[in-house]
Amino acid sequence: MNILIAGVGGQGTLLASRILGHVAVKQGYDVKVSEVHGMAQRGGSVVTYVKFGEKVYSPIIEDGEADIILAFEELEACRYLPALKKGGKLLCSRQCIDPMPVITGAMQYPGAIPEKLKAAGVDIIMVEAYRLAKEAGSEKVVNVVLIGALAALMHLDKEIWLTSIRETVPPKFLEINCKAFTLGYESVAK
Amino acid sequence: MKELLLGNAAVARGAYEAGAKVFSSYPGTPSTEITEFAAKYDEIYAEWAPNEKVALEVAIGASVAGVRSCACMKHVGLNVAADPLFTVGYTGVRGGLVVCVADDPGMHSSQNEQDSRHYAKAAKVLMLEPSDSGECKAFMKEAFVLSEEYDTPVILRLSTRVAHSQSLVEMEPRVEVADKPYEKDAMKYVMMPAMARKRHIAVEERIDKLKALAENCALNTVEINDTKIGIIAAGTGYVYAKEALPSASFLKLGIVNPLPEKLIRSFAEKVDKLYVIEELDPVIENHVKAMGISVEGKSCMPLIGEITAALVKEKLTGAAKSEIKNIAEPIPVRPPVLCPGCPHRGMHYVLKKLGLRVTGDIGCYTLGAMEPLASIDTCVCMGAGIGMAHGMELAKGREPKTVAIIGDSTFIHSGITGLINTVYNKGTSTTIILDNSITGMTGHQDNPTTGKTLKGEATKQVDLEALCHAVGVDRVSICDPFDVDAFEKVVREETAAEEPSVIIAQRPCALLKSVKYEGKACVDKEACKNCKACMRIGCPAISFRDGVVIDKSLCNGCGLCINVCKFHALSKEAAQ
Repeated sequence: MNILIAGVGGQGTLLASRILGHVAVKQGYDVKVSEVHGMAQRGGSVVTYVKFGEKVYSPIIEDGEADIILAFEELEACRYLPALKKGGKLLCSRQCIDPMPVITGAMQYPGAIPEKLKAAGVDIIMVEAYRLAKEAGSEKVVNVVLIGALAALMHLDKEIWLTSIRETVPPKFLEINCKAFTLGYESVAK
Repeated sequence: MKELLLGNAAVARGAYEAGAKVFSSYPGTPSTEITEFAAKYDEIYAEWAPNEKVALEVAIGASVAGVRSCACMKHVGLNVAADPLFTVGYTGVRGGLVVCVADDPGMHSSQNEQDSRHYAKAAKVLMLEPSDSGECKAFMKEAFVLSEEYDTPVILRLSTRVAHSQSLVEMEPRVEVADKPYEKDAMKYVMMPAMARKRHIAVEERIDKLKALAENCALNTVEINDTKIGIIAAGTGYVYAKEALPSASFLKLGIVNPLPEKLIRSFAEKVDKLYVIEELDPVIENHVKAMGISVEGKSCMPLIGEITAALVKEKLTGAAKSEIKNIAEPIPVRPPVLCPGCPHRGMHYVLKKLGLRVTGDIGCYTLGAMEPLASIDTCVCMGAGIGMAHGMELAKGREPKTVAIIGDSTFIHSGITGLINTVYNKGTSTTIILDNSITGMTGHQDNPTTGKTLKGEATKQVDLEALCHAVGVDRVSICDPFDVDAFEKVVREETAAEEPSVIIAQRPCALLKSVKYEGKACVDKEACKNCKACMRIGCPAISFRDGVVIDKSLCNGCGLCINVCKFHALSKEAAQ
């Protein structure tokens, strides 16, 4: 199983990939999780990979290999679309963040991305992650809302996910993160 | 019990289990977390040194005194530490000594793509290369053992994908190692010509013994499967090739210097077609070719950037590339940018406005080379900017005026020597030290200017102002880069002075927990003249859609945009 997580530096993709990695370990799989650190993190396009199965060699998900793409931002969903496997699913947060070339006016942010992706034949599920995160109590938990949405797609025991969240987030933010997870889960599972 | 560990965390775990006691390092992506994880173990003393040369010297001292020690750095850091590395190759060690160096194929966070394996070859020392976290831990433990057994420093070579990916690691307990008794031994540890001539003989004898080790060591493994294709690989090359062709035959090298000969020859004889899959330079390939063995490597694999499993499959088996989906229109790139509230932004804005020539350095502020700030003319290596500003002035005089910009940690690393040079040789260039109270780019490490150690203890703090005065700079001013008018005035005055000057631009990194700005910026649409001056600061929270728009989720309320607006159209909204 290959899951690619794409977003913008600072959105919390790293934590999402760590929670997912923990879940996969608890299932007894061999697991590899790749991360991005350093300069690339500073508001740039970031991608992390979570791979698990019998035996995993390469930590990288290449073109046409992702079973699921979890995109934290619409433009980043487009950028990493080539990684999606035939029959794979794209889970995308309804959020647009202008990159610097758009801010400076050098380029345009493509409009109506969800519609265009659908038209291109992509199996796409949009998640109102930003709104749900605010409902949970903070826009900072967008990442855990999206993990909830992903969990609903993966048909694993919900409790395993919640245990992994408990083990990865600081206790004082636990309640809000669990709420975020449930809201994300229900938005896809309903 | 197995745990999912980052490669860098596994290296630290290996050092812990091996009984290592001393770590001294300088942060650098992708190596930084090794030392941060090592610092979490009470049994290990771990520190940040001012630069990689000092770090390695500290580790050498601890080794000569008799304990297992380690220095960690990124690939370019090894250039800085190369001087002690080559000579500790001569003295050998007492307690095991491991130098961890992390290469960055693809340059995710680096200024060049150099291949550290050349250093091991040139310094004639043992180099090991793991391919996942499990091996990171196991090889690190083995490195200490081999260091002591063969009396050699050992380089553990990582690359970004190994250092920054997590995989499963079997946790084992720490085994304490008795300190080696100290004996004065000038013939071994004092490298003057008379002693060094003898030690060079020992170095050549040692490399022969290490070659013999490479022939039989369990770190080098042979997997004979389908013999139509045989692949020699190490580290990342191995995992990509194994992913692509799991049923091929492999010679997996855990020792990348020295390379074996008999082992390679016998493997080559068993397979029909031989390949070397390695990232960056053809180090293994050239070795195989020099033995007169026919092999393919860089003839089908790139010399530049990272290799992929798909590419290995395509080139070695002719497999078609997978079909991919794309949307029809161009996707704007999203390069990294200075964070909202970054203190460097105000400085870049002023330097661009004044049209100065700017010699840059290594740190977050290098991002000011990009549009729309685009203030920086050069960036070469840690500390280079100050020397380069002096050189530019020597070449072309003082018009246009040149300033060097350098972060606090980078200044301590190797900027101070450049400044001493400018003063000593009667230069007049201006240096701006960006004092943001932390080493920012690598993820917030303390340094000699922050007043805290890696272990979180309070310590003496370098007084940058006093330091600059002490080396002979009479004109030292301190200014807030967010007060753009005052900052511009200071830059004008200092660049006009006929003597060297330093401006300390003081404002903490916006990502520090202690930094909190009240309220967020908002636009008065009536007052706004759409002059777009606020767009020139390149803040990701500001965009233009039929007028200036502030993204409230990104704005941290720093107020710089308010300071650059001449029409008072920007202000702080009341804090919610």
